[in-house]
Amino acid sequence: MSVKIRIKFAKYGAMKFIGHLDMMRFFQKAIRRADIDIRYSEGFSPHQIMSFAAPLGVGIESYGEYMDIEVLSMASTEDMKQALNRVMVEGVEVLSVNILPDNVKNAMASVAAASYKLQMKEGEFPVDNLNEKLQSFYGQAQIPYIKETKKSVAELDLKQGLYEIDADADGAINMLVNASSSGNIKPTMVFEKFCEFAGIVISPPAYQVTRLETYTDIAKDGEQHHFIPLASVG
Amino acid sequence: MRKLALSDDILMRVEKPARYIGNEVNSVVKDKEKVAVRFAMCFPDVYEIGMSHLGIQIIYSMLNEWDDVWCERVYSPWVDLDKIMREQSIPLFGLESQEPIKDMDFLGITIQYEMCYTNILQVLDLAQIPLLAKERGEDMPIVIGGGPCTYNPEPIADFFDLFYIGEGETQYRRLFDWYIENRDKGGGRKDFLRGAAEIPGIYVPQFYEEEYREDGTISGRQKLYDDIPDTIMKEIVMDVTNTYYPLKPVVPFIKVTQDRVVLEIQRGCIRGCRFCQAGQLYRPVRERDADKLKRYAVEMLKNTGHEEISLSSLSSSDYSQLNELLDFLIEDCDRKHINISLPSLRIDAFSLDVMSKVQDVKKSSLTFAPEAGSQRLRDVINKGLTEEVILKGSALAFEGGWTRVKLYFMLGLPTETEEDIKGIGDLSNKIAATFFDTVPKDKRVNGKVQIVTSTSFFVPKPFTPFQWAPMCTKEEFLDKAYQTKQGIMEQLNQKSIKYNWHEADVSVLEGVFARGDRKIAKVILEAYKRGCIFDSWSEYFHNDVWMECFETCGLDIGFYTTRERADDEIFPWDFLDCGVTKEFLLREWKKAQTQTVSPNCREQCQGCGANRFGGGICYER
Repeated sequence: MSVKIRIKFAKYGAMKFIGHLDMMRFFQKAIRRADIDIRYSEGFSPHQIMSFAAPLGVGIESYGEYMDIEVLSMASTEDMKQALNRVMVEGVEVLSVNILPDNVKNAMASVAAASYKLQMKEGEFPVDNLNEKLQSFYGQAQIPYIKETKKSVAELDLKQGLYEIDADADGAINMLVNASSSGNIKPTMVFEKFCEFAGIVISPPAYQVTRLETYTDIAKDGEQHHFIPLASVG
Repeated sequence: MRKLALSDDILMRVEKPARYIGNEVNSVVKDKEKVAVRFAMCFPDVYEIGMSHLGIQIIYSMLNEWDDVWCERVYSPWVDLDKIMREQSIPLFGLESQEPIKDMDFLGITIQYEMCYTNILQVLDLAQIPLLAKERGEDMPIVIGGGPCTYNPEPIADFFDLFYIGEGETQYRRLFDWYIENRDKGGGRKDFLRGAAEIPGIYVPQFYEEEYREDGTISGRQKLYDDIPDTIMKEIVMDVTNTYYPLKPVVPFIKVTQDRVVLEIQRGCIRGCRFCQAGQLYRPVRERDADKLKRYAVEMLKNTGHEEISLSSLSSSDYSQLNELLDFLIEDCDRKHINISLPSLRIDAFSLDVMSKVQDVKKSSLTFAPEAGSQRLRDVINKGLTEEVILKGSALAFEGGWTRVKLYFMLGLPTETEEDIKGIGDLSNKIAATFFDTVPKDKRVNGKVQIVTSTSFFVPKPFTPFQWAPMCTKEEFLDKAYQTKQGIMEQLNQKSIKYNWHEADVSVLEGVFARGDRKIAKVILEAYKRGCIFDSWSEYFHNDVWMECFETCGLDIGFYTTRERADDEIFPWDFLDCGVTKEFLLREWKKAQTQTVSPNCREQCQGCGANRFGGGICYER
């Protein structure tokens, strides 16, 4: 018998330069260092049963990262949180450990949305009445975006996946966007379109993107969306 | 939180920014106000290579055990960052403090292969330290070289303030104590070097001068001060069980070449392969106690979280406690889902049994290193591996389910003939034939066997019996590779054999550096100034530039490579003493020419001289 565990963690400072795959490797080693009785797959080269929620791009900080694991035994969630934090490095911090009900979808499949904060590294965004401008940007019927990859060019409507956007008291931009595997929208795409809309030019190194939380959608019939943090499941 | 040396903008622009941010598990950050000595430990190649090196982890852990010392790491910035650092004059920094190397007390550089020489200059240059030792002012770090290439330090002597010859565990404390004492009493750089030159194992090249004959060979050496030694004896740890070991090695974030716990089971080698430099340099053989190694394995796996462990030594099959150690590891690691990666073991029933326990037979391959194609030539190089042993081992392995075999050979060995080269194809073919003879048709898993035959070009190295030997030219090397290829194509089972060979240009250059003298420094400096770095990376190796540099400097490559040395020639490295005597090496060189093999240390002592350190198999008897 094994128990499903959801781990929420933060990643910031120098650690924002560690890519997604390397973070997975980091946690695989951390789990060994912390002596967590994780379940392994069967076969000749067994691997830890581990699933990460939404991959985070290099350069982005986060206070709402998630991974699920399965353990064969444990003392308590608090104990596991402490054991993990003892083997972390500066810039990675385990924020919570929860036991999941058996029937819950894994972290990756559960992701529906994520909230982000965009902040200038120095000074403020050079936009008067930032919040008003954001609202009129959001008020557009459509926000077309041309997404170019090495293989294809596609036109998206960002409006479909942009759920909220506003400015906070510190002059930072907050937004809630679709982060599901089918409709994922990057906050930088939204910001790029906003810059066009506001007539400003700001290059990516000038501002910091921080993921604040990752959500799942528990909307019932009649509701369009009902987002709750992944840690609140179960 | 530490402030990074590089801006977000730069880190987002370069490949693998994790190479430059430090912060890894088990990296050591100290309060710089509370240490007396700051040491930057450098491997002059890219992070992934440098982080895989055990020696640096040993020194790093030893120095950081001392409260008054802070040792940091530094590697060669990759070409993308190299360019940015030059454009923006960003000084090279230590990964831990993210502070400039030039503000530290020491820069220690480990020199593991000749083709990193221009990277040494890259590191110095980016650190904003003058490239030539004699141009360094009082405020500059003391630049120390160590590692196997310092057994002929002369081609790079101009770039170093001092070399530490031999194993690092023994003299660093004394060196630092002298550094602190000298500083406290107001002594300068020169005073420090004068005192350092009297510490065992320490060589201060600027206090010595080479003198040359008209033909370019060395006539003698002059020392500038009477009280410094004429010869420098290597440093060695005789009790390798009770010494420093890195129980908390630094764990990289990104995948590196050796991403695993490494247990060094012994130093030295009982075999006297005549081409092998390590086999002579690290004599006598010293084993580490298996019980201690078991404890290290458990602790290091726990401290790193690594999922793999491997053993390190020159010849693991000769380690007397191998059975016991492997039994323990197999049991302990299986429980913890840890993989064991085996070093190249001699293929026999025992090793095949062990391998089948820890590897997926279908996916792994067997490795043989006959080094030469014929028994005659194997006798010349004293490689005690016979065709019979190879074929018997292969047959056993094929019965056990293996279908892939790797073979390693060298081309250009002394006395090599066309017959010897032909032997490479013949042996490859016989192994393939053994498969078809051993495994019945219905039991052949993929229906076939895969033999991968690789050749490298032989480069004579200092402190080996072949230090007198002429090396081949590039053209001769390529012709030999062509002959090998033809020889394989003619075989009945040629479809089962894949042949790989190396570029010859790099081998020639390696040959120059390996046996070069002080004159070579200006070629290295010139090539660096013309943009050569990362010469060991084929995509950045510019042979044409190097050839131009030799011409500009008026130096003849053939003098260093193809020239046959007289028995009594004074070599640039003769002032170093690695334990084995020149008389012994010469005896072996003569025996090689008459195809006479020498028994290994366990069979019969050959009087190499290394037992004067008070150890080794012949000494223990």
